This record gives sequence, structure tokens and C-alpha cells, in this order.
Amino acid sequence: AVLAPRLSRATEAQVADEMKALFGGKTMGEGKIKLDLPEIAENGLVVPINIDVESPMSETDFVRSVHVFADGNPLPQVVTYHFTPESGKASASTRMRLAQTQNVIAVAEMSSGALYSAKAQVKVTIGGCGG
Amino acid sequence: MAIKSTPRVRVPAQAKSGEIVEIKTLISHEMESGQRKDASGKSVPRDIINTFQASFNGKPFFTAEWFPSISANPFQSFFYKAKESGAFTFSWKDDQGGEQTATAKLTVA
Repeated sequence: AVLAPRLSRATEAQVADEMKALFGGKTMGEGKIKLDLPEIAENGLVVPINIDVESPMSETDFVRSVHVFADGNPLPQVVTYHFTPESGKASASTRMRLAQTQNVIAVAEMSSGALYSAKAQVKVTIGGCGG
Repeated sequence: MAIKSTPRVRVPAQAKSGEIVEIKTLISHEMESGQRKDASGKSVPRDIINTFQASFNGKPFFTAEWFPSISANPFQSFFYKAKESGAFTFSWKDDQGGEQTATAKLTVA
């Protein structure tokens, strides 16, 4: 039997809209971002994520921010990081909730204004949003 | 929920000039997402830590805006390029206006 979902989920289209609002529909490059996620998360309540963006992190060339989205969560925004040249490297780890199997998307905004994105799918065995 | 717990922070005590050190932080918090319903079917209001900030000698160098998708008892690791001796200040702010801070010293040889 299929269980009816208890919560409204974001859809990929909603996430695309949200990203368009945030980034003004600018073209995003590929590469630069290393997104470390488990292929399969047994517990959707605590899914480790590590982000590493390639950058010299100098005063004139650094990663200004990184936005993380999960396109199958009720609220797709996960975290926004703001880095500075003092960070030394644009890298951070945290733990997040994933309600179901879905894509995790990271967008990095460079000091030049250039955008890069990366995407990875995580298979979730037990959902992690109040389920 | 006010932030009652004492945060845990791991920072190396010493670093060489130019060395990039890793900082790990952990704080106890429900991170109530606002998506759950209680036994009577009423929505449980959102209550999360929404901002974490790390400063060195008073100057912020790393900020994380957390959303309800962040797990309970949020963990955060990040980096800092050591230049001079001084002190880190870490701050966690929640939806209720509560704030918790922690400090750590760094000696640069």
C-alpha cells in the first residue's frame, strides 16, 4: 500500500523558482564545488554534508557564499554560508534532515559574481521531517 | 526554547602563521522545524537556531544561516586562516531572540 504523504513537499520546479529569485536566473557554471553526501542515508534525520569549493580565498578572489537546497523537503532551503578571505578555505560540514529520496543542490557565489552549482542525489531509507 | 546548553567547540590551541585550522562546533537544540504536529493535531511552532557566526578578535569571518532542514543539535565545522594570536568568539542565535556564545584562544607561533 502507498502511504499518503503527511507533509507538503517542495517540487523541483519550486526550487528552480526559488533559485531564480535568489540568483536572478544567472547562468551557473559546473565544477569548482565538491559536494560530499552519502549515496544512501539510512536515517533522514541526520544526513552529513560536506561542501568544498575550489578557490584561492585571496582578498580579490574568494567564495562569498554557498547556498544549499534539498528539492524534496517541505522547505527546500537548508543552509547559507558566508565566507571571507580569512576563512582560508571555502569548506564547511553540517548535518541535515532529508524527508525523502531527493536531490541536494549547492550554489556557490564567487567574489566576482560568478555562480557555480553542483547536485547530488541521496536515497533516504527513513524520512527525517517529523515523519 | 532558550538556548540552555553549553556549546562544544573544538579549536586547535596553537597554529603556525598562515596555517588553515579546522573548527568544529556542536550545540544542543531541538531545531523544531515548524513542520510537525503534536498529538492533538496542532502545528508545533518553528523554533530553530537561525544564525551561527564565528569571529576572530571581534571580526566576523564565517556565518551560517540555518533553515529548518538542519538537524537537531546542530553540528558545524569550518576553517580559519591563522595570522596572529587572539580569541575566537562563536555565537548562536535562535528564533526567540536567545543567544549563546563561546570563546576559544588561539596562539600563533
